[in-house]
Amino acid sequence: MNWYLRIRKLIQKKFPNNKFLHRYFGLIAFIIVGIISLFIGNHVNEFWQRLIILSAIYVIMAVGYNFSNGVAGQFSLDPNAYAAIGAYVAALLTMSPETKENVFILEPVMKPFDKIQLPFLIATLIGGLAAAFSAFLIGIPSFRVRGDYLAIITFGFGEIINVIANNLVSLTNGALGLKGIPEYTTLAWAIGWAIFSVFFLWHLTNSQVGRILKSIREDEIAAEATGINVFRWKLFAFTLSGFFIGIGGALFAHYLTTISPQVFTFFLTFNLLIIILIGGLGSIVGSAIAAVLFTFAFEILRVFEEGIHIGHINIPPIPGLRMVVFAILLIALMIFRPQGLFGDKEVSIK
Amino acid sequence: MDLSFIAQEIINGISLGALYALIAVGYTMVYGVIRLINFAHGDIMMVGCFIAYFLLLKLKLPWPLALILSAILTGFVGVLVDRIAYKPLRDRGAARIINLITAVGVSFFLESLFVVVLGGVPRAFPVPDIFNKEFCIGNVYISMATIATIIIGLICVSILFYIVYKTKIGMAMRAISVDFETTKLMGVNVDRIISFTFFLGSALAAISGFMWAIQFPSIDPYMGIIPGVKAFVAAVFGGIGSVIGAVVGGLIIGILEIFIVGFLPDLAQYRDALIFLILIFTLLVKPTGLFGEKLEEKV
Amino acid sequence: MEKIYVDPLDPHYILELDHIWIKFGGLIALKDVTFKVKKGEIFGLIGPNGAGKTTLFNIITGVYRPTSGKVFFDGDDITDLKAYERVWIGISRTFQNIRLFKNLTVLENIMTVFHFKKLQKWGPFFVKFLDIFPYKWWEAGLALPKFFKFEEKLEEYALELLKIVGLEDYWDWKASSLPYGKQRKLEIARALATNPKLLLLDEPAAGMNPQETSELMEFIRKIRDEFNLTIILIEHDMKLVMGVCETIAVLDHGELIALGKPEEIKNNKRVIEAYLGEAI
Repeated sequence: MNWYLRIRKLIQKKFPNNKFLHRYFGLIAFIIVGIISLFIGNHVNEFWQRLIILSAIYVIMAVGYNFSNGVAGQFSLDPNAYAAIGAYVAALLTMSPETKENVFILEPVMKPFDKIQLPFLIATLIGGLAAAFSAFLIGIPSFRVRGDYLAIITFGFGEIINVIANNLVSLTNGALGLKGIPEYTTLAWAIGWAIFSVFFLWHLTNSQVGRILKSIREDEIAAEATGINVFRWKLFAFTLSGFFIGIGGALFAHYLTTISPQVFTFFLTFNLLIIILIGGLGSIVGSAIAAVLFTFAFEILRVFEEGIHIGHINIPPIPGLRMVVFAILLIALMIFRPQGLFGDKEVSIK
Repeated sequence: MDLSFIAQEIINGISLGALYALIAVGYTMVYGVIRLINFAHGDIMMVGCFIAYFLLLKLKLPWPLALILSAILTGFVGVLVDRIAYKPLRDRGAARIINLITAVGVSFFLESLFVVVLGGVPRAFPVPDIFNKEFCIGNVYISMATIATIIIGLICVSILFYIVYKTKIGMAMRAISVDFETTKLMGVNVDRIISFTFFLGSALAAISGFMWAIQFPSIDPYMGIIPGVKAFVAAVFGGIGSVIGAVVGGLIIGILEIFIVGFLPDLAQYRDALIFLILIFTLLVKPTGLFGEKLEEKV
Repeated sequence: MEKIYVDPLDPHYILELDHIWIKFGGLIALKDVTFKVKKGEIFGLIGPNGAGKTTLFNIITGVYRPTSGKVFFDGDDITDLKAYERVWIGISRTFQNIRLFKNLTVLENIMTVFHFKKLQKWGPFFVKFLDIFPYKWWEAGLALPKFFKFEEKLEEYALELLKIVGLEDYWDWKASSLPYGKQRKLEIARALATNPKLLLLDEPAAGMNPQETSELMEFIRKIRDEFNLTIILIEHDMKLVMGVCETIAVLDHGELIALGKPEEIKNNKRVIEAYLGEAI
C-alpha cells in the first residue's frame, strides 16, 4: 500500500467530514513546507539562501527525472540533455540583445534570438517546452528498445546533445558558454516551481495516469493486454519528465548566470541518479527530500575539498572527495537498499 | 587527394580501430557471460594504465614485464570490483538495470578515487623507446606502436579464442552465458568462472590501456571514459557478446572516426556525436549487431 | 472433419479464424487453422504440449500477426488491430504464467484497467465507464475537484468488481502476496474489468487442486452468465474441459485435428492418437 493512500485513509479517519482536507492535504502540506523554506531563506545569509535555491532546482529536476525513471520505469540516462536545452533556450530568451552581442564573439547569435527578449516566466516555460519537445523526439526511436539498452541509447543522446552544445557556436557560443544571464531565479521563483512540480507530479503519480505508468513498469505485456497503448504512455511520461527537467535547467541557468557545456555533462545525470535512488524510484516526495539532502551534503562536503583550517588543525584540500563519497553511497545503496531510503519497492526492469 | 594520403588514413584508422577492438573485446566478454554492461570497463583500463606507469617509472621494469604485470594486477582489480560491487547483486538476482547503475557508480568511484589519490593533472606516460620508431613506406608512415598494438592485439584475441573455445573453463563460461541457473545446478563453480571472466576482461583492458598510452602518452584519471564509450559502441555494433563482433566493430569504428576527421574536416568536431548515432542506429535497426544472437521475450 | 466456411456476417458467431498460418523462421507453428466460436459459448482449446494453443491465443489477442489468414471479431476484420486496440473492442485474456502488476495492490490492479477512450461505441456496460473516467492528465496533476470525484467513483467500481469475484477482503494486499489461486482469480477479474465480450483463459486451472478446480468451473460458468461473455479456454485438465466446455477444438502440431462436442472429441480416433501416440 502506498504512502498516499495510507495518509489519505488516516486523514479520512481523523476528519471524517472535512472533504476539502481529504482531497488537498497534500497541497496544504506542500504549501506549508514552501512557506517555511521561504521564511528560512529570507532570514539567513546569502550562502544558505543560494543553497536553498539550488536545492529547490534539484528538487524540480529530480522529481521530473523520477517520473519517467521511477514511476514509468523507463530508465534513461539523459536528463543532462533536457536540463541543457531548457537552460540554453531560456537563457537565450531572457538575455538582452546587447548582452548577446557582447557574449557571442565567435559567431553572431542565430536569427530569431538576436532581437528577442522575453519575461522570465515565459522564457522558463518555453525552455521547458523545448526540452519536452526534444524528449518527445528522442523518445520516439528510443522506446523501441527496453531496459539497459534504453539506458545506453539515452546516454548516447545525452552525449550527442553535449557535443552539439560544444560545437553549434551560433546558438550556444561553443565551449565558452553563455555569460551575463540575468540572475532572475529568486528564492520565491525556485520554491514556487519546486512546490508546483512536486504537487503536480505527486498527484499525477497517484492518479489513473500514474497507475497506468506503474502497470507498464510492472509488466509491459500485461499492460498491453489490458488495453494500454504502452508506447504512447511511455512517450507521455518521458515528455512530461523532459518538461520539468527543462524547467529546472532554465532556473539553473538564471541561478548560475553563466552556463557552458561543462555544466551539463554526464556528471549532472549522475547527481540526479543518486538523488532518485536515495529517494526511492517511483517516490516523488522521496526524491524531493533526497534532492534537498543531497544538495546540502554536497555543498557541505565542498568544505573538505577546499581544505579546513580550524586553529591548529589543518586538513589539506582533497579535490574529488565528494564524488568518491557519493559513488560509494550509490554502490552501497544498490547492494543494501535498492528501493532507496524512502521507497518501498525495488526496480524490476529486466 | 592522393593514394598515399588514403593509405595513411587507413593505417591510422586500423591503428585506432585495433585499440578500440581490444577494449571492446573486454566489454563483450563480461557482457557475454553475465549480461552486465560494465560501464566501468574504460576506467579499469585507466587503472591498468596507471599501474603500468608506476611499474615503468618507479620500478624501472622492462616494458614486456611491466605489460604482463600490469595486466595481472589489473585483472585482480577487476575481480575485486566484481566481488565487492556486482556479486552481491548477482546473488540477490537483482534486475539488470540495477547492475548497470552500480557499474555507473563503480565508474565514478574509480575516476574520483584516482583524482583524490593522484590528482587530476595529466601525466606523461614513459613510452619505451622501441615504440617511438617509425617505418616509412613511400609516403606512408607506420609507427612501431601501431605494429605492436596489432601484433599484441592478435596474440590476445588468439589466446582468448583458445580459452573460450578449447578449454574447460571456456566451456563453463559459454554455459553460463546460455543459462546461469542450470550451469550452477550442474555443479560448476559459477563464482569462480565469473571471477575468471572479470580477470580476463580486466587484464585485456590493462593491455589495451598500455597500448593506448604508447600511442597517446598522456594519462589522467578521466582518460578511460571516451575510449571506453567508443569501444562500447564498437561492441554493440559488432554484436555485444561476440568476440569477433567486437574486433570487427572496433576496427570499423576506428577507421570511420579517422575517415570522418580526414575526409570530412567540417564534421570533425561532431565525430563523437556521429559515433553515438551509429550506436543508436544499431540498437534501433538491429539491436543484436553484426554477429550477435537474438534474444526474445516469451509471452 | 467437415469443412468450415467462414462467413463474417453471421451474427451467431463472435470470433472466426480464417485459414491462419504462422511461421517463426522456418518453423510452421500454425497450419491453416480455421474455426468459429459461437456467441455465448464456452469453447475449449486442447492439445498436447507445443501444439500451438498459446500461439493461437497470441494471434487472437494481437501479440503476433499471422503470416497469412484473417481474424474476424463480431463481424469485423481485426487482423491488423494492435493488441491494446483489441482490448478496446472487447477481447481480453489471462496468461499461462500469471502476469499481474506485482507491486501494485489488488485494487490498483483492477483500477488500472479503467482507462478506455473508445468505450462509448461498445455496448451498454461501457457507457457507464465513459461517465466515470473523463478527466485529463493535467486535471489530475492540478488536482481539480473533478479528478477526486472520479477517482472515488473508480474505487467504487473496482471494489464492486472485486466483490463479484470474491476478493474484496484482499483489496489492499500487494498482488504478489496473494495465494496462487487468488492471483488467478485476480487476473480473471482484471480481464473482466475491461468489460470484454470474449474472454480468453490460458490454463486457468494450472496448479490448482481438484477442489479449487471444481470451484473454478462454477466460477467460469457464473461469469459467463453474469457478464454475458463468450469464453475460450486452454486447459490440460480434461475433467474441467469436458465438464464446462460446450465445444472443443483439438490442436496437434499446429493443425486443427478435431472440432465438436465433448462426447465427439472423447471418442475421436485422431485425438486419441495425438494424445497417446500412434501405437494405440
